[in-house]
Amino acid sequence: MTVASLFFYLFSVVLVGAAFMVISARNPVHAVLFLILAFFNAAGLFLLLGAEFLAMILVIVYVGAVAVLFLFVVMMLDVDFTELKQGFLQYLPIGGLIGILLFIELVMVLGAWTIAPEIVRVVDAPVIAGIENTEAIGRLMYTKYVYLFQAAGMVLLVAMIGAIVLTLHHKPNVKRQNISDQVARDPKTAVELKDIKPGQGV
Amino acid sequence: MTYPLPDLVPAIPEILLSCGAMALLMLGAFRSKDSTDSIYSLCVLLLVAVGVVVLVIPGGQTTFGGAFVFDEFSRFMKILTLGASALAIIMSRGFFRLEKFSRFEYPILVVLATVGMMMMISAGSLMSLYMGLELQSLALYVVAAIQRDSGRATEAGLKYFVLGALASGMLLYGMSLIYGFTGSMDFNEIADAASLSENKIGLVFGLVFLLAGLAFKVSAVPFHMWTPDVYEGAPTPVTAFFAAAPKIAAMSIFVRTMVTAFPTIAQEWQQIVVFIAIASMVLGAFAAIGQRNIKRLMAYSSIGHMGFALVGLAAGSQAGVRGVIIYLAIYLAMTVGTFACILSMRRGNRMVEDIDELAGLGKNNPMLAFLLAMLMFSLAGIPPLAGFFGKFYVFLAAIEAELYALAIIGVLASVVGAFYYLRVIKIIYFDEPVERFEPMLGELRVIVGVAALFVILFIIYPGPLITAAETAASSLF
Repeated sequence: MTVASLFFYLFSVVLVGAAFMVISARNPVHAVLFLILAFFNAAGLFLLLGAEFLAMILVIVYVGAVAVLFLFVVMMLDVDFTELKQGFLQYLPIGGLIGILLFIELVMVLGAWTIAPEIVRVVDAPVIAGIENTEAIGRLMYTKYVYLFQAAGMVLLVAMIGAIVLTLHHKPNVKRQNISDQVARDPKTAVELKDIKPGQGV
Repeated sequence: MTYPLPDLVPAIPEILLSCGAMALLMLGAFRSKDSTDSIYSLCVLLLVAVGVVVLVIPGGQTTFGGAFVFDEFSRFMKILTLGASALAIIMSRGFFRLEKFSRFEYPILVVLATVGMMMMISAGSLMSLYMGLELQSLALYVVAAIQRDSGRATEAGLKYFVLGALASGMLLYGMSLIYGFTGSMDFNEIADAASLSENKIGLVFGLVFLLAGLAFKVSAVPFHMWTPDVYEGAPTPVTAFFAAAPKIAAMSIFVRTMVTAFPTIAQEWQQIVVFIAIASMVLGAFAAIGQRNIKRLMAYSSIGHMGFALVGLAAGSQAGVRGVIIYLAIYLAMTVGTFACILSMRRGNRMVEDIDELAGLGKNNPMLAFLLAMLMFSLAGIPPLAGFFGKFYVFLAAIEAELYALAIIGVLASVVGAFYYLRVIKIIYFDEPVERFEPMLGELRVIVGVAALFVILFIIYPGPLITAAETAASSLF
């Protein structure tokens, strides 16, 4: 057994265990922390595949931004998850049934798995010598998949518009930041000097 | 290293529409208060202009490595979608003005959803299908909840979002199985791989999940549960939009995926499509009987109509696809016309949505009553109106494909369905009159008039639509 496969099993076992803890942990903060652990292990798996760019993106974007945001929301909202999980068992029979059906399907699918000789060309991903995978991803994204890349940009634009439309309220009595006004303030308008006689107060 | 620029000509409509939407967004963001009206008209203008572009660019092209297909089928469906979106924006203007709800983002989101629909219609690979679908759905979720101060609209938006995300998950799972078994995302390559491989069980599982996701988008039974609640909760012009354009786009990608990517395993998908067609037609006919709210009634009606359209696809032949195309075009006219009538059901300061409120329309406003009655007869599929011909072409294709049981159940379901359309007509003409509605807005009058005229006069001059549908269908085979 090589070192690589040893690490593969290490990362995989921890990943699956952490993923299980995400859904079973009682405390939501613990769940998010386990999610971060799962992300780190997934990043490790990417590294083993030689996709160091994806590994770094996973750590920076998911751990650095998304999971921290999750943690922040979980801490701010103080959602009582035990209360939310009430009645969870009620749906267990039907949910379990669907789960078992899906599992049987997967077993059937994997049992029928054969690799056709003409498909090997796809599995055998072309690694071009002398090109780092960051550059390789960039080339693919901006040439072959430029259409999908732009479409993803449009999806994000719609998400942004949606978030603003649905959440931004214009309240008249809120003090807003107005940088030019704030910078233009001078001591004459901002500070009021009062002449106070000693021993008397304002 | 240099790379050739992909051919952008087939995608000009999408590019124009996206750039236009972004420019209008800027206009709205920087001049928000006074520009809402002009943004509504500019959006309609943009959609119409892009429609003209779609008409003139040459067909039969693929670009972006096969991910984008512009053929006659795309052209026809894009025209329908653009028209439906433009009409939805025109109809919503008066409603939102009366509701004192002015948000310039609404028409822009409709335009962006239309970009997504056009991408779906032109999708030549699973990935571009998914990107188009998500762009469209995301915009629709926001639009459903756009009246965010109304509890029901928010509920509709949230429900749509959660169930839509679930459907997207199933779609992606199916796509990953298909990719795993064929080694390609491209529809043509999937078709080649499917014809080569001996053991297709994994591919069929993938296909089932893909069908589940697509059936959710066209709201076919058993993935229809969201439809009545979303239709009822969303503001009425938004419901009018939901009932027309997204249905057309989803149905056309349904047809394109089945016909171009899986022709070699047609046996397998035909069984599933036959089942969901029967289930949708029957549920659409029976569940609508108990409805009192006209928007819920239209929701069940649209479920039923999608079932009828799927009958054409189940045939799997060129005649069947032609039937689907004709059906969708006629469905568009009937739905838009009916929703224009529903939008004019207004008393005092508020909308009424109960079917009984239509009582006495025959005396109060005979013209509107007549046009609405014609639309209802057409929805029920009574000759010589257009709705009958829509059903005629799909059932003809089903019989040619020897799907007799499907055709018979379909005809029976349409007889049952006729009951609730006829009940609306009975309420209009024979029930004790109640108060009058407010006078109709000008644009609604024009839309109802044109839709009803189309429905009535289709029999005199059906040629152009049928020839166009024929050309569109033949480009897929």
